[in-house]
Amino acid sequence: MTNLSHVMSADDHKKVIEQNENVMICCGRMGPMCIPVYGAMEELESEYQNIKFYDMEFDTPDARVIRNAPECNGFMGLPFVVYYKNGKIVHASSSILSKDQIKSVLDKHFQ
Amino acid sequence: MLYDVIIIGGGPAGLTAGIYTSRSKLKTLILDQGMPGGQLILTHEIANYPGAESLSGYMLASKMLQQAKSFGCEVKSNAKIKDLHLQGSIKKISLENGDVFESKSIIIATGGISREIGASNEKELKGRGVSYCATCDGDFFQDKNIIAVGGGNSALEEAVSLTKYASSVTIVHMLDNFQAFDYAVKEAKENPKINFVMESRITKFIGNERLEAVEIEHIPTGEKREQKIDGVFVFIGYVPNTKFLEGKVALNERGEIKVTRDLETNIEGVFAAGDSIEKKYRQVTIATGEGTIAALSAAEFVHRN
Ligand SMILES: Cc1cc2nc3c(=O)[nH]c(=O)nc-3n(C[C@H](O)[C@H](O)[C@H](O)COP(=O)(O)OP(=O)(O)OC[C@H]3O[C@@H](n4cnc5c(N)ncnc54)[C@H](O)[C@@H]3O)c2cc1C
Repeated sequence: MTNLSHVMSADDHKKVIEQNENVMICCGRMGPMCIPVYGAMEELESEYQNIKFYDMEFDTPDARVIRNAPECNGFMGLPFVVYYKNGKIVHASSSILSKDQIKSVLDKHFQ
Repeated sequence: MLYDVIIIGGGPAGLTAGIYTSRSKLKTLILDQGMPGGQLILTHEIANYPGAESLSGYMLASKMLQQAKSFGCEVKSNAKIKDLHLQGSIKKISLENGDVFESKSIIIATGGISREIGASNEKELKGRGVSYCATCDGDFFQDKNIIAVGGGNSALEEAVSLTKYASSVTIVHMLDNFQAFDYAVKEAKENPKINFVMESRITKFIGNERLEAVEIEHIPTGEKREQKIDGVFVFIGYVPNTKFLEGKVALNERGEIKVTRDLETNIEGVFAAGDSIEKKYRQVTIATGEGTIAALSAAEFVHRN
């Protein structure tokens, strides 16, 4: 597993997004397109202390909270990456991301 | 900070070079623009790396990285090179974040990346029906109709593996024959879910929220038609990551680094290894072998000077 904190269930997910102002969750598998995103997030954790970084296992049934989010409609590539501000999704993306691509989303939505 | 060896690129070639140079007590730094591991991380399972019967690419990369670090090799990920000075006895690399590193020798091991088709809307629909990884995204296309683009081994093998999910896979290829091994062509041709559109290419991806159709051009006649489709998987080979070396190191017409038998480039003290150099076959075992040669050559160069 990654060194990020994990969202283990739908309840957990609810708590995480309600109790933190800025949250980024990468919902994927330990696969080729996902691992680089987890790696970039691990490095960004220290740089962005105002944001909480989590992963979630794509294949647990509870990951439907992300898989079925309207913002993820049409997504057909792993990982699904979602960004929450005060419990609401402000951005979502499908497939691999570079560290710079993640940073530009964080800078735009979580300043 | 002065190093004996700086290795640009932390894929299997760069990590192997790092294992050798740091083990022989040369002060070594690996700079990678992303995560170390390179294309190994993109490989779900490696079945042809001797001694490791079946291992995920990620695990193999982590072991190589650990091994390099255990000998004292320093590794910096997400290091974006802004400028490099390769002439003279002290080489200099500046990063975008302002860090500057100096070294007596350099090994370039920047590998390659998947080639994109370059058709309109491709980037916008990546992850929304356009994919470059069958093992990652195949199961989103259960009972769907998809296209696999390409005519080499990976295109045909991945097309066959995608028939586990998709109800049909159409292989679209630019030429009228395949560049793959006979067994791969035979397996694809015998699969009832696979059909072929030859001498054709995708010129447009169509759809907003997700891919809905593609425009396909029949190359000899120039005729274009639209085809409804749920997904497109692209397997059309790799381009070397050498753009940043243009004008600094001799490259061939495909952008691959020209090297001697000992893997030295045209610049003294600058060596190269792995998928980014001029050669025919691209495999992990070859990249690690070349990483070894480049490391030994660099070590000899440092000791000599
Ligand atoms: C899907 C897939 C499946 C494969 N399956 C197999 C297999 O089963 N068996 C096999 O033997 N081979 C396989 N290969 C091929 C194999 O992965 C490559 O031959 C091998 O990884 C090449 O190693 P490399 O170190 O030369 O380059 P890469 O693995 O490409 O690594 C290059 C590294 O350099 C970094 N880099 C690039 N540009 C810069 C820059 N400007 N500055 C700093 N860093 C930079 C990159 O981030 C990367 O980490 C597969 C490849 C793919 C894509």
